[in-house]
Amino acid sequence: MKRFRLSVLVNGLLWAAALVTLFPLLWMLSASLMAPGEAGSSPPPLLPRDPSFANYRELFAHGGMWRYLANSVFLATAATLASLAFNVSAGYAFAKLRFAGREQIFRVLLGALVIPGQVAMVPLFLLLKELRLVNSYGGVIVPALASIFGIFLVRQYARSIPDELLEAARMDGASEYRIFVSVVLPALKPIIVTLGVFTLLGTWNDFMWPLIVLADKELYTLPVALAALSREHVQDDELMMAGSVVTILPVLLVFLSLQRYYLEGLLAGSVKG
Amino acid sequence: MTRQGAAWLFVGPALAVIGVFFFLPVLAALALSFTDFDIYALADLANLRVVGLRNYVELLQRSEFWNALGNTLYFVVAGIPISIGASLGMALLLHSRFTRFKPFFRTALFAPVVTTLVASAVVWRYLFNTRYGWLNYALGSLGLPAIDWLGNPHFSMPAIIIFAVWKNFGYNMIILLAGLQAIPEELYEAARIDGASIGRQFLYITLPMLWPMLSMVAILTVAGYFQLFAEPYVMTQGGPLQSTVSVLYLMYDEGFKWWNLGSASSVAFVLFLLMFAVTAVQLRFARAGGAR
Repeated sequence: MKRFRLSVLVNGLLWAAALVTLFPLLWMLSASLMAPGEAGSSPPPLLPRDPSFANYRELFAHGGMWRYLANSVFLATAATLASLAFNVSAGYAFAKLRFAGREQIFRVLLGALVIPGQVAMVPLFLLLKELRLVNSYGGVIVPALASIFGIFLVRQYARSIPDELLEAARMDGASEYRIFVSVVLPALKPIIVTLGVFTLLGTWNDFMWPLIVLADKELYTLPVALAALSREHVQDDELMMAGSVVTILPVLLVFLSLQRYYLEGLLAGSVKG
Repeated sequence: MTRQGAAWLFVGPALAVIGVFFFLPVLAALALSFTDFDIYALADLANLRVVGLRNYVELLQRSEFWNALGNTLYFVVAGIPISIGASLGMALLLHSRFTRFKPFFRTALFAPVVTTLVASAVVWRYLFNTRYGWLNYALGSLGLPAIDWLGNPHFSMPAIIIFAVWKNFGYNMIILLAGLQAIPEELYEAARIDGASIGRQFLYITLPMLWPMLSMVAILTVAGYFQLFAEPYVMTQGGPLQSTVSVLYLMYDEGFKWWNLGSASSVAFVLFLLMFAVTAVQLRFARAGGAR
């Protein structure tokens, strides 16, 4: 009997918590299909009286949404692919290749993890201005090209590659590049997917740096555009809900399809750190 | 090619990027914080002067800074216990042997973490609406008066904390859940045979076993919460009456709205020193707790 009551309590609390986490997202979806002003009544309606995609049409036809979506897709993809190339090769080298100062450099990198990235933002802006990268895609991508966290994640994983495997390939006369491509990369596949999902979601959701470095509306990413739109359209709740759906839905779908890799990365990055 | 040379080809590009676009700017920020770099210097470097510690002295005399620091500490001190408490509570529920549909609940509770902060802040700004927001509707149906969440300076920071907890608790929940799963089941079995209640099992088994992980989670979360920016930027624009301007918000305004880049750098460094000091204290505390 006590077991039954406990079971009801535990599951009841979980249902309540799931309602709290999911309600804002479900309601966002519902309100995005409402007519202008419909969400602004009291009590707030749960479902649209006459569901329509008018808000989405408005955003894409007159709000420049295609452009922002394209910017976000391009920037997140480019930053992810480039940073994977940098981080995976460096992480592998820190784990398996010998070079002078390897341990010392790695310790400096780990120590630098306590420095918040925002400390670098003001000079970074001036540096990119000198390089004529302010207000360009490059200005968003360049600082994201390599990350200490990414290198660390790959290094931890790459340490599990057996040395004998690499030595055998070297005995066969394979070059270091060849070994990297045909032995190391396949062995690192899980962590590459993990880091890729992490970086993709991170750059997609990133706000402060793109806000600083991008000035032209034409170059805005979805979060920067949405923040600007929501300041202009304070009263247009239904329109803003549609904008939020367009911004959130892609990352939510990526997460749902690659959830296992994402959660593993989350644990690998913090538990072992 | 030598193996040493090959290794540098692998590691060099990443190190170069991190060196040029992270280490160099951090050092430059320190140097900049001792100058009066402003919009005139931005136009012509000849206008740049070294002013020593003046930025720091002036910063410590400005009421805006103390206000921003107070708001940030409010967010950290009130937000962290609620956030980690929610993470731990939900992790315990998920770990319970009575729980059904575990994978569904794990995903549902984690979902806010992957949503785009700006977009979910826009949604929550609506939920907090005084007249027709869902939050006040819920309060009203409980017979409680409506609250002007984002317009009343006493409620603006609590509103941001509520949103931040909703958005973030799932992250630590996943970490703590892994910690709970690593505690050997025999410990609980032995305790049950001895007749220990659920409360005592939590106090004498779960909490001590989870302590190292809890302190690590606390350190990482504190560092994250000190970096409050996008939530007030989207939801309140720092208002009402400056009640949600954080230190980082002050740095953004100082640097990229008024172009006082020297002074903005000093704000960034004060924030860094503060975070460093708090982390050091936490590490000491964590070690002391672990030694018990």
